[in-house]
Order: sequence, then structure tokens, then C-alpha cells
Amino acid sequence: MSETETAELEQFRSEARAWLDANCPPEMRKPATSDADVFWGGRNAKFSSEPQRIWFERMRDKGWTVPDWPKEYGGGGLSAAEHKVLRSEMAKMGARPPLSSFGIWMLGPALLKYGNEAQKKEHLPKIAAGLIRWCQGYSEPNAGSDLASLQTRAESDGDDFVITGSKIWTSYANYADWIFCLVRTDSAAKKHDGISFILFDMTSKGVTTKPILLISGYSPFCETFFDGVRVPKSHVVGTVNRGWDVAKYLLQHERAMISGMGERGVGRPLGQIAADSVGSDALGKLDDSMLRGQIATFDVDEAALAACAERAVDLAKAGQAHPAFSSAMKYYGTELNKRRYEILMSAGGVDALEWESERSKQGARPRAWLRTKANSIEGGTSEVMLGIVAKRILDLPGA
Amino acid sequence: MALVLTEEQSMLRDSARGLISDKAPVSHLRHLRDSKDPTGFSKELWHSFAEMGFAGLLVPEEFGGSGLGFMEAGVVMEEIGRTLMPSPFLATSVVAASALNRGGNAAQKSEFLPKVSNGSLLATLAIDEGAKHRPLHTNLQAVRAGNGFKLSGAKALVVDGHVADLVIVAARTAGAAGERDGLTLFLVNPAAKGVSIERTIMVDAHNAARIEFANVQVNADSVLGEVDQGAALLDGVLDIGRGAVAAEMVGLSDEVFNRTVEYLKNRKQFGKLIGEFQALQHRAAELYVDIEITRAATMKALQALDADVAKAASSVAVAKARAGTTATRAVQEGVQMHGGMGMTDQFDIGFFMKRARVCEELFGDANYHTEQLARARGY
Repeated sequence: MSETETAELEQFRSEARAWLDANCPPEMRKPATSDADVFWGGRNAKFSSEPQRIWFERMRDKGWTVPDWPKEYGGGGLSAAEHKVLRSEMAKMGARPPLSSFGIWMLGPALLKYGNEAQKKEHLPKIAAGLIRWCQGYSEPNAGSDLASLQTRAESDGDDFVITGSKIWTSYANYADWIFCLVRTDSAAKKHDGISFILFDMTSKGVTTKPILLISGYSPFCETFFDGVRVPKSHVVGTVNRGWDVAKYLLQHERAMISGMGERGVGRPLGQIAADSVGSDALGKLDDSMLRGQIATFDVDEAALAACAERAVDLAKAGQAHPAFSSAMKYYGTELNKRRYEILMSAGGVDALEWESERSKQGARPRAWLRTKANSIEGGTSEVMLGIVAKRILDLPGA
Repeated sequence: MALVLTEEQSMLRDSARGLISDKAPVSHLRHLRDSKDPTGFSKELWHSFAEMGFAGLLVPEEFGGSGLGFMEAGVVMEEIGRTLMPSPFLATSVVAASALNRGGNAAQKSEFLPKVSNGSLLATLAIDEGAKHRPLHTNLQAVRAGNGFKLSGAKALVVDGHVADLVIVAARTAGAAGERDGLTLFLVNPAAKGVSIERTIMVDAHNAARIEFANVQVNADSVLGEVDQGAALLDGVLDIGRGAVAAEMVGLSDEVFNRTVEYLKNRKQFGKLIGEFQALQHRAAELYVDIEITRAATMKALQALDADVAKAASSVAVAKARAGTTATRAVQEGVQMHGGMGMTDQFDIGFFMKRARVCEELFGDANYHTEQLARARGY
């Protein structure tokens, strides 16, 4: 980087810091601790507090809900280096993301790469402004790890496709306005070659959703049914029957998102949380030496993973990233997050077992612990991730 | 700073790799070991290192060095790790050069640093005394005598100790073992009266020595840094050494891994390439992920050292701890997946296992550094 570029970046850093400091309400500078603390946007969105609304609107107006998207699509138009600076300044301040959205994390990047101009103009600004909440129609009852065997049919009828079938594990389908969906448009072709990637409104006739009760007692996922849903062919992203390319590209972003889930939930250091319940000795060491060792080993691995996540972004920007690297990160990040919650449960002891009390915030910790078990399943299981690394990165035979 | 090599760093890596893979493949180490070479490294190669500016890589240009940073030193260490090349680079060019540059007065710097740069002076740090790395437990006594000090005690695992022209000795001038205050570093001529050096042939066939100091008289000019206040200087120098060893371990792990994956693609059993077995594929994939994470953590630590040595301790602890567990895993999987061949001396993979074990102990093992991180985080 030249001296001029470095100087410009430092200039951006001080401006960004000043702006964030002037505009981020104090309430938005601590970690989200409940679902209500996360703003997802959408037609029926409600703010849980006034500071949440103010923070979202200011960031939206600045284009910083999606800082690195082009300005013409509602983004901030930041360069890769500026985006990294902004993220680090937000992290230093503890500023929450103003908007959480599958549109931002998953669909947006796929549209930017594969969408036509009309699709980009139609959808990206609404994602950036939090107007439309998206869900993902990928898995089916008989297409889990083997996603490409999906059977939801889209039959050609004039200018439309008519979609019939069902999806499962559709996150927040019951709150979503639109869906990005994988459908089979050619049942005669080989399984990867007859899939299309299509967008449609969840209020379309023939769409129904049914929440699934999970072991955590929550229902973040739904079954989603399509009974003759009519969708214009212009809603296909990319080429008909080449939807698998789009699907895979989007999965890379989904995996990056899931591998970062642990980071987003971070509040106080684990060692301090554990000290609250197990106590410390006169020297300030945790009163459970085996647990202390587990936490310290966890902290080493977590810090190392954070460095790797940073490097993955830098490699991508430098054009040196392996496209399958997100699978490696997804594998490690989700297994690590499971470890975090096993430690939290062990540290919490009996207190972490309460499920319904006010004291336990309705069992926040055990429910979160159980939720993490899905991390290494959703978006591709750990075993599938390792298979992808073996095949695509290591080039091992027959994988 | 991005966690990727710059163009200049990539060029440095290519030239280091070119020289090292050409002149010092693993067979070079094997030859030094089998011939019981008295020096333990190739003086000719060290001369080439000096000519290429590697010997004085960290030395400021005013003292004839290249004036580069710890990222660059890490780049060279990683290449050294790939072929296990025995070289004075770690002890002289990284650790001792940093000690002299950070702690030396004007006279000490101008006396020693130009000789480090041109490759004519070999130097080393003598720190460990017991079986494990415990710098604050330094107990080699230095008592005031005449115009200087008298040193008494013993050091172990002194890298290049039997060939060094200058030994930087960590000693206790006050306080008790375990205390931060009272540590002092001394520049000692190994030819001085009372110094006895025993070369210790180690499991990895790299240079190390035990050195005894029996009332060794040194004058006041031999103090490096401040009397009694050497802990901060020592911390920085050790962290630099740890970052460098972590980089060597990344190179070592990566090389073992590449050789092992190659083997999986060629070895047939049950009528199949063994790399087709999912049991091995998943283990290989896990190891790949571990190495990449450790590589990033090590780059992060080297960058932190370049930014400010005094603030890099936690990043360095993470890197050295990760490097230890990753290298241990890499060499064990390497031997296991090579099957019986992995157990033979004829096959190179065992050399990597032996070197990894020594690197793990050098400047603190994974447990030591994990403990440091827990303390730094206050639990």
C-alpha cells in the first residue's frame, strides 16, 4: 500500500470513528443478549426500542447497513480496505450491526454476482433499507446433506413457472416476505443440472409455513409448502437449469455467516463468566483448574480462528482465496461454538439447567446451548464440510 | 495491515525457498547428523545467507543489516521449517540480534551488529535452566565483584551454544527465583575463564548445548540493558523468538502435511488409493484446517510484533500455543498415515517429528503459553 493510500485510509478511520461516536446510541454499544435486540427488517418489522430505530435509520441513510455494496444499490460504496476499517472501528466501540438479514449475508452477494440489472435494482435497495425480509428455500425432507437431490418442481406454463413441493428448515419463513428458492426445472437432467434459483413473494397464493418446535423449545425453522405457486420466469436468477452455480456461491456466504455466529454472540470473556459461578482462588485463578484449562485452550483456538477469519477476508480481497475455504471456516467455527456452549453449561452448573424461571431469563443459556448443536448441521454438516475440503482443496481421490 | 504476504514478502519467500530447497533439503540435515559434523550446520550456506542479507535481516541498515521486520523473519523461518535446515538464523539473526538491537548501548550495537550482518559472529541466548521454560525462575547468580560481576550457574538448551562467539546470559542480580525484578542480561565471551560448554546431541540433530558458569568474571560493560531490570527486555526478545519458532513450526507442519497428502494419493491398499478412504480424508481435512488457522494466528503475532513488541504478548502466546498443538498433530498424523514407512529412519517424516518436539519446548510449550493467556485475561 502506498503512503498516500495509507494516509487516506487513516483519514477514513478517524472520520468513521467520529461519525460512529456521534451517531451510535449508547444502548447500541453493548452486545445483543436476546432476540429482541436483533433487528431483522421486513414489511412487518417492529423496533424493540427507540435507540434501535435511531441507530438503524442513521446507518441506513449512510449506506452502512451494507457498507461495501455499490451506492447505486443502497450501499456505502466502501472499498475492501475501508470496509475492514469500519468493521474494526465498530468492533472497538462494541456497536451492534444495525440490521441482520439473510438478504445481506446470503442473497445480496449472489445477486451482485449472478443477478441481472433489473433484479439488482429491484431487490438490493430494499435489502439495504431493511424493507424486505428474505428466507432461504434450500433443504427438503429428502434433500439434506445431499441437497442437489431436491424434488420441488417448477413446471413451465407460459411466462410463469408453477411451483409445487416442500422445503424444510426454512429459517424464519413465518416472518419472511420473500424467499430465494431452489427448484427442479428439468427432472430428466443429472441432478446438479436441472436446478434453478428463483425468487418469489411469500404472500403468493399457495405458500404456507409451519414452524418446527426444536429441542431448545424455540421454533426458528419452518416447514414451507408450495401448492401450485405461480412465479414469473423473470424471477429466475442466472440461467434456468444452472441454479446450482448460484446455490453453491450463496452457500459459501452462508457458511461464512454461520462460522461467524459465535463471534456475534460474544459478550464477556468466558473466564470471567465462569468466575461468577465457580469462584476464584486467592490468586484470582478459577477455582476449577480443569475447567480453567479448557477455557484457556478455547481462548487460544478462538483467537486463532479470529485471525484466520480476518485472513480469509484479506485473501479474498487479494484474489488469493480458495473458493471452498468457507467450508473450512464453517467446520471449525461451528465446532468451536459448540465447545463454547459446553464450557458455559459446565461453568454454570446447576444454575444453567433452569428452563423456565425469571432468574434464568427463561432458560436463555440452556436454550442457546441446544441451539448451537444445529450449527454443525445447518448450511452443510461438519462431515460434508470435511468432505468438501478433502475433495476441492486437497484434491484427494474419489471424494 | 492485511494478513497476506506483500509482493516484497512473497519475493523474499521465493528467494529463501529457492536457496534452502536447493542447498539444504532434508538430506542435508541427515548428512550433518550421520557424519557427526562438528559444527552442526553448513558454514558455506551461512555465508550465502549473509550475502543474501538474511543474517542481518532484522539489523538496522546503519549496522549493515537489511532493516526488515518480524514478518520477514517469519517468512524465512517458515522456509527453514520446510526442510529442517540447521542454521544460526534463529539464535543469531533473530534472537541475539533482537536482544542486541533492543537492549544494547551505542558501543555494544556498533561492536556486534555489523558482525551479525556479515555473518562473522554467531550469538545465542542462554535462558533455560530446568527441564521446562520458566524465564522468571532464572537462578544463575551474578554477584557484584570488582568492576563487574561474577556469574555462577548452569544453562541448558542453549541453541548453537558450542559454536557461538557471544552468549547472552540471563542471570539473577537480585531477588529470588520466580520474581520479575532482579533479572539482568550479560554479554559473555564463551572463551572466558570458568565457562564450560558441553554440546548436547539432541533428538532433532540440531545444535544445542549445556553451559556451566563457574565464577565467570565479566566487567560492567557486559551488561545488556539495565541491571535488575532485564525482565522487560527479556520478555520482548523471547516473544520475538517465540514468533519465529511458531513460523518455523508452521513451515514444518505444512511440509509434513503436503508429504502426507501426496502419500495418500499414491499408496494403494485393498485395491484402492488409501486417500479414497473417508476415515483418512476427514483426518487430512481437519489437519488442513488446523494448519491454516495456526498460520493465520502466527502471521497475526508477527504483525503484532512489528507494530509494538511490548503489546504483542497475547498474540504471541496464541501463536506459539497453536503452533505447538498443530505441529504435534501434523507429525503424528504424518507418521501414522505413512504406516510402517513412517517409522523408518530411511524415510524423512521422522525428522519432522523430532524437530517438532524440540520446537515445542523452545521458548515455552503449548501448555505454558495457554497458561500465559489465561493469566493475561485474568482468570
